[in-house]
Amino acid sequence: MSTVLNIALSKGRILEEGLPLLARAGLVPTEDPLKSRRLILDTNLPDVKLTVIRAADVPTYVQFGAADLGIAGKDVLMEYEGDGLYELMDLNIARCRLMVAEPKKLAESDDPQNWTRLRIATKYVKTTQRHFAAKGIQTDVIKLYGSMELAPLVGLSDRIVDLVSTGQTLKANGLVEVEHIADISAWLVANKASMKIKRKALKALIDRLAQAVGQASPRQG
Amino acid sequence: MFTKDRWLLPEGIEEILPAEARRFESMRRRILDLFSSWGYELVMPPLIEYLESLLTGVGKDMDLQTFKLTDQLTGRMMGVRPDMTPQAARIDTHYLKRNTPVRLCYLGSVLRTRPDEFAGSREPLQLGAELFGHAGPESDAEVLSLMIATLELSGIEDTHIDLGHVGVFRGLAAQAKLDAEQEIELFDALQRKARSQAESLLSDYGATAKAKEMLLALLDLSGEAEVLDQARRLFKTAPKTVHDALDNLQSVSTLVGRQLPEVGLYFDLAELSGYHYYTGTVFSAFVPGHGRAIAKGGRYDGIGKSFGRDRAATGFGADLRQLLKFSKRQEKEIFGILAPHEDDAQLRQEIARLRARGERVVSQLPGDKAGAADLGCDRKLARKGDRWVVEKIK
Repeated sequence: MSTVLNIALSKGRILEEGLPLLARAGLVPTEDPLKSRRLILDTNLPDVKLTVIRAADVPTYVQFGAADLGIAGKDVLMEYEGDGLYELMDLNIARCRLMVAEPKKLAESDDPQNWTRLRIATKYVKTTQRHFAAKGIQTDVIKLYGSMELAPLVGLSDRIVDLVSTGQTLKANGLVEVEHIADISAWLVANKASMKIKRKALKALIDRLAQAVGQASPRQG
Repeated sequence: MFTKDRWLLPEGIEEILPAEARRFESMRRRILDLFSSWGYELVMPPLIEYLESLLTGVGKDMDLQTFKLTDQLTGRMMGVRPDMTPQAARIDTHYLKRNTPVRLCYLGSVLRTRPDEFAGSREPLQLGAELFGHAGPESDAEVLSLMIATLELSGIEDTHIDLGHVGVFRGLAAQAKLDAEQEIELFDALQRKARSQAESLLSDYGATAKAKEMLLALLDLSGEAEVLDQARRLFKTAPKTVHDALDNLQSVSTLVGRQLPEVGLYFDLAELSGYHYYTGTVFSAFVPGHGRAIAKGGRYDGIGKSFGRDRAATGFGADLRQLLKFSKRQEKEIFGILAPHEDDAQLRQEIARLRARGERVVSQLPGDKAGAADLGCDRKLARKGDRWVVEKIK
């Protein structure tokens, strides 16, 4: 059995902030993933490869062993319902918040205490339903794939659930944050079987990553 | 539905075509023979029965996974079995009523409303062996050894066997004074090895520093045999149940190690899938690249209570479809003998004789244009003088 390790990385912000972190852990891709068109990249370590994929696909790749490790946003993990994953550690990068937002005008007279049934546009259908169900609020969720801020403006929904980092996009579209659902950051996830079978090789890499994150090592045994 | 897609099967339901079916059947027979050679008696529980008995004990997690319908005769709810373990337990406690250990095995289709994983089957071919009526580590060791033997027989290589014990987590959770809901929440975080989440949960619950430290230590307690010694040191002041659990785990692994010294056993004290119904040592087998165990089992004492008799129980189960998927075993190709279509008593006799010897003989039909290759034959029956002889086909 080969001990080649595959790491799946989400495109976008996680990739941009993840590369310096990997570099601090001693892992540098031989090509620039931000420019390269190749999907599987070699690194300075001969037995470690990087795969760059869509954020929502990272848990799937890792659960099915197409990648041993993955770096994915907590938002994606909350929405994912598989159970073949270890969520090893918070990498403390790509930080943002998952928020409920609504038009400023609505917010002026709105009281979250009186919410009973909400019409919400979001990419995070399950997380939204779970969050509100736990508070006893029924939701009608409209699944959108992007530009959630548009939905209340054109009357698709009253409110949205989306990631907010600076709040600029919300502001530009006349929306305000009204409820905090979760703090989001990128997490290191691992395939369960890999953690058992390739334990030695993975542990070394995970320890270096933990050092790079600047937190205590999670000591995997 | 249009004519064009009338052949479509429901999601997660599949047909097994000839070449694959032969592998399945040959594997099925081999596994049942293995079980039989270990003294496990085959039972064939019904495909469908009243819901209450399917969803007791081991089955109580399976409610949402069960296809249900109303019995037109009684108006009661029936379920298509999602798991055969409760059925085997019922057979042991209710029908057999022996006071000695009973070994049962089974192999058959079960139906699940949702697949266990993406693109997984909703109709696993469940196989399992259960040992009722013995509470010692010897019976756990026997069942685990049988599980390893089954995987070996199925041609599965590079398996990683993980052992754990629900008593360790239960004892530590009790020490931390967690209520049932908190226990499940924490358990879930530990299953995902989500350390920071487990930490914050324990702080929210107000667990003492000592209790918290021990529960979090579970996350690191995975690896080879030294894990048990580490655990004993770390849990020195933990309740006695924790130490009993560790001793039990040690005995099981020693017994298995004696029987199968070449098999590497690993421990993971935080990996306890199905801990809601397990009561003792649990074990699972992993293969490279697959996130879920391909075979698992453990002790689930007391399952018979809901059928009127409290019995110790331990067993394991797997899905034959999964085993075949990861099997490296090559089936021998089989060939056959082509017999011409002729009204001849001697030919009929010869065909019967060959079949009785175990040969595969395919009789041609009148007007049959299929060649020997189409019918999977490498030889043919040909008349030589006044006899029929088998000839190689060039």
